[in-house]
Amino acid sequence: MPSLILGIESTAHTFGASIATTEGQILSDVKQVYIPLAGRGIHPREAAQHHSAIAHVVIREALTEAKVNAKELDGVAVALGPGLGPSLRIGATLGRAIASKLRVPLIAVHHAIGHIEIGALTTHSRDPLVVLLSGGHTMIAAFASRRWRIYGETEDITVGNLLDMFGRSAGLPSPGGPEVERLAAKGKNFIELPYTVKGNDVSYSGLLTASTKLLQAGLPVEDLCFSVQEVSFSMLAEAVERSLAHTEKKEVLLVGGVASNSVLRNKLDLVAREHAALFRAVDPRFAGDCGAQISWTGALAFTHHMFIDVRRSQVKPRWRVDEVDIPWR
Amino acid sequence: MKTRLPKAYRVDSLDTSIRLARTSREAHLLHDSKRAGVPTPTVYHVETATCTIVMEYVQGPRLKEAFAETSQLDLSRTCKLVGSLIGRLHSGGIVHGDLTTSNMILRDGKKLFFIDFGLSDYSRELEARGVDLLLMSRAFKSTHYALYSKAFRAVIDGYREVAGSHETQLIVGKMHEIATRGRYSERSQRGLLSNLE
Repeated sequence: MPSLILGIESTAHTFGASIATTEGQILSDVKQVYIPLAGRGIHPREAAQHHSAIAHVVIREALTEAKVNAKELDGVAVALGPGLGPSLRIGATLGRAIASKLRVPLIAVHHAIGHIEIGALTTHSRDPLVVLLSGGHTMIAAFASRRWRIYGETEDITVGNLLDMFGRSAGLPSPGGPEVERLAAKGKNFIELPYTVKGNDVSYSGLLTASTKLLQAGLPVEDLCFSVQEVSFSMLAEAVERSLAHTEKKEVLLVGGVASNSVLRNKLDLVAREHAALFRAVDPRFAGDCGAQISWTGALAFTHHMFIDVRRSQVKPRWRVDEVDIPWR
Repeated sequence: MKTRLPKAYRVDSLDTSIRLARTSREAHLLHDSKRAGVPTPTVYHVETATCTIVMEYVQGPRLKEAFAETSQLDLSRTCKLVGSLIGRLHSGGIVHGDLTTSNMILRDGKKLFFIDFGLSDYSRELEARGVDLLLMSRAFKSTHYALYSKAFRAVIDGYREVAGSHETQLIVGKMHEIATRGRYSERSQRGLLSNLE
């Protein structure tokens, strides 16, 4: 009989809840996303207010959809970080309360490891070079000796940030990525923009400033969307290529919200092929932040009895992925 | 012979300008690094039309492999050498831009060659030198995690011998600043970095 784990995600703009089994079935995945006012970014307090208003509905729906009674749960997993403090505390408070009430273990999950594990589950990747791209992360990592080791990352803003902030300055709705992708498909002319690769690292702040300035100067938004995508994704492809050559991994796994971008997927596929590696991207349903990434990672931790004392379950807004010991890989 | 082939993932105009710029830059910097006292393959010929550099073949394992295979390798001595060569590059006004243990070749177990200067640049800025050392530290931390503290400490010791303690302190401080600039920055490095200062 597999165990049933409730997972709660509330690190940023998404409040998600999901039930997973320790055998890797995702029985439900429900979420509601806080949408900031047009032209604005996430306001941490407003996001937290949004989450606290809808949390009970989302959790109840996750149970109903999975046809699971709360009393049947064997553990409660919650993303304790990294992310926005006020948002994190909503999920953490609920997780602690539910676990205490049901007298089941509480499991602390690192949000980024959640992205990786749900990616590995849905693509059957075994030992991949992971490319995690989202609003919160831009990172290239591989697993060795109990930890994810970081080979490359952004030195300033993330690629999700870049697309969001560029999108906002172009008056596009949030999140910016899908809108930028849609407009980019209509762009024809490549406009030169700063291309900054430092070893396996990338830097996007110069690209953001330059593209925003050109937008204000009146250049066509479609051409700029096209060029911003081309430059930012080519930089990533190059950093991935270099990491792949260095690590000699045979799989590339793309995870995180930006994984649903098809232009990016094509570029990484080309890089992987050239190095005789297999390219896979997370199932688009689980690309963006979701409860399933937490319930499934929680289930993995559950089988290794990685529980956390409620009294020591404070949120960790700046938790780094290479600080987490992982016994299941 | 090293030819920069077109990358299918980049649009043509971007790809061409990157390959051209890097080929010519690498050829110049391979040469000027030698002048700064850092062993590099000798450049024989450059053909910009095909983005090709014809250069000396350096026999030996990459440092990455040398670390993995040879237990006899004197880790501290080799890492100190790495640090002093980086120090010489920087003193010569050059930053490598892609310092990893894949981009160093160990000949006869003692002479170290730096290769892959495609991301290199002429710069005396603290920022650029800080990034260089940060990349080196990341390479040790990810690929040689078991050796990391000992190895990187030796790199800094070697660097200090060339650059002096004042400069080294400035650069290590800068490295720390850059490392904490991104999101979820490297808190865990702070302890080590403050020890190095």
